[in-house]
Amino acid sequence: MRRLFWVISALAACFFAADVARAAELQAPQSAVAGNAASIATSGSGDATMYLIGPGGAAKRTVKLGQALELKAEELRAAGRYTVLLSTGEKADFFVAPAKPKQIAFLARPSRVPVAKPGVITGVAFVFDDFKNLVLEAVPVKFDLSVQGTNASETVGSKLGIAWTKMNSASKEGAAQFVASAGDVKVNRVVQQTAGEPCNLHMKIVPANAGEKDTHGIVVETDPIRDCSGNAVPDGTIVTFSLVDAKGRTTVDSRIKKGVARANLPASPGGMVSVAAGVVSGNELHVGGGQ
Amino acid sequence: MKGHLLAIGTFLVLVVLVAAGTVHSTKFIPAKTPEGAVRSLFDSVKNNDVTGAYAYVSPASNVDNATFLKDVNGRDGSLRTYSKLENVDTKVLNANGNEATVRTTTKWSTAVGPMFDTRDLKVAKEDGDWKVVWQSDKQATLPPQVIPVNYLRWDIIRRGAEDDWGAQNVESPRVRIISMNAVEKDGGVIILGEVRNEDTVPGFVSVGATLLGKSGETLAEETSFDKISHTLLPSEISPYRIDFPKRKLADVQSVRMQPAALLIPASADPVIGVLHQRLEKDASGRTVLRGELMNQSGMTVNIPHVLATYYDDAGRVIWVSDAYSDKALLPQTPVPFSVDVREDLAKNVHSYRVTVNQYSIDRVQ
Repeated sequence: MRRLFWVISALAACFFAADVARAAELQAPQSAVAGNAASIATSGSGDATMYLIGPGGAAKRTVKLGQALELKAEELRAAGRYTVLLSTGEKADFFVAPAKPKQIAFLARPSRVPVAKPGVITGVAFVFDDFKNLVLEAVPVKFDLSVQGTNASETVGSKLGIAWTKMNSASKEGAAQFVASAGDVKVNRVVQQTAGEPCNLHMKIVPANAGEKDTHGIVVETDPIRDCSGNAVPDGTIVTFSLVDAKGRTTVDSRIKKGVARANLPASPGGMVSVAAGVVSGNELHVGGGQ
Repeated sequence: MKGHLLAIGTFLVLVVLVAAGTVHSTKFIPAKTPEGAVRSLFDSVKNNDVTGAYAYVSPASNVDNATFLKDVNGRDGSLRTYSKLENVDTKVLNANGNEATVRTTTKWSTAVGPMFDTRDLKVAKEDGDWKVVWQSDKQATLPPQVIPVNYLRWDIIRRGAEDDWGAQNVESPRVRIISMNAVEKDGGVIILGEVRNEDTVPGFVSVGATLLGKSGETLAEETSFDKISHTLLPSEISPYRIDFPKRKLADVQSVRMQPAALLIPASADPVIGVLHQRLEKDASGRTVLRGELMNQSGMTVNIPHVLATYYDDAGRVIWVSDAYSDKALLPQTPVPFSVDVREDLAKNVHSYRVTVNQYSIDRVQ
């Protein structure tokens, strides 16, 4: 009889322990957000060791059962799946979602592009929160391309954190500002839109400046050099002046400066001066004669 | 005492030996022939004894020692200032009892290879000895003045280490090979043509070529080295020439061209005009392309490098040759140049184009 009593008592203790263990169940948060603190409700009593394992690291500390487990904001910076383990054997999984868009990685290509070309500028925006988590939910991303008063704009919804666009280069040359924005986040890139080949190249003989009087020759200068859309051809572009006379051929590879190209050529009555830039030829002049 | 004497004696012997090794003999040996005078003059130059060389210069030359020194050793940081006389070849063209003309070809070793200089020197007999009538390189001196130059240069802001990974870098310039021709000359294969900077920024350009054999194997790889203008401004065209010695065109199935361009900070100056270009025969009957280089800026160009591209009547590049000038280009001062033209190609040359590279000591970019 006495032995039976002890067996029944032991069984009762086991059932009690099992009941206590069930009481320490973890209630994982339903909508944790990266960079925000979260709490996990526990039940039971006594101390236990908690392990927090996430995509960005792991933490371990002693917790009191029956009180909420406070997960600090810095422990939940990385978005993804987290697991909480207690030394008593309980376990819970939960997901931390990315926070609001706070950063954009903006790839803009190319850095230089000719004017008036369709679909030559591409922009790809990767939307991140403040903790470098890719924001997977759809976010409207606005792409703006503006240069010298012309503006092109397009809003694209991101898919799995990425939004992209393809835009035409404007008809005006200059440093185009290419901006990608999501919410209050803006990122700026510069796409240099450059003029095309020169159009209607024209030169004239100009009187020498005071500082050029001892060059023993003539000074030829082009009109402002523009492409066929009226854009100024970039400074530094080579323009070749040639003079053919009885002494041979003289060439000067001049550079466009402040929109015009200029060269000193030997004085050569009867010589023929021509000008060319790349594959484009300009007018010809007879030195000492008419055009 | 004996030891002290030995030490002093050894020291004195050492001093005598050092003096003998460092002090050149300046003894003047009169030249008894016109050729001997020229050779003695240049032998002294070769031994860095310009004062000794000057002793063979006729007083009738009206050239002072300093001017003669500049003539033979160079000036203004020109290529000649980095050269050393290696060889002298002389030939008496005509001579009578008191005067002679000696064609003198000097070979100078320089950093860019050997340079040859041919002069017809007049030699005169004075007091029984022959002396060289030295014609100094007269250089026009410009009056003091200010030459206004609107400098144009390109600077680059590259992506920084702290930029995010999306921040694009500025791209390298687009360059394109606009012509290519493969020829076999002098027991080797030569690839030549032209490359153009099609961008709006300057670039440092190089052209490489790989010869591929019948089964696609690599036979040889080379680059254009100095037969190209490496710094190309927007829309600028440069010739290139790549030499593959000891190769046969018959062994080559194809050629893989590798133009490469780097974006670099650069300056658009100086502008160098190429004046009075003409093909003609030199004194020895060889075809040469001659002209003058005119530095149109206000700064000195120390080492000019002339590149000549020759085209046939179909506009195809048939040869590229180059020459360095051993004279610096002073502002607004023409300096003659001469580039050899291959005799076997001279008759096929329909047109040509001359471009100038420049190296300036004072210029950073």
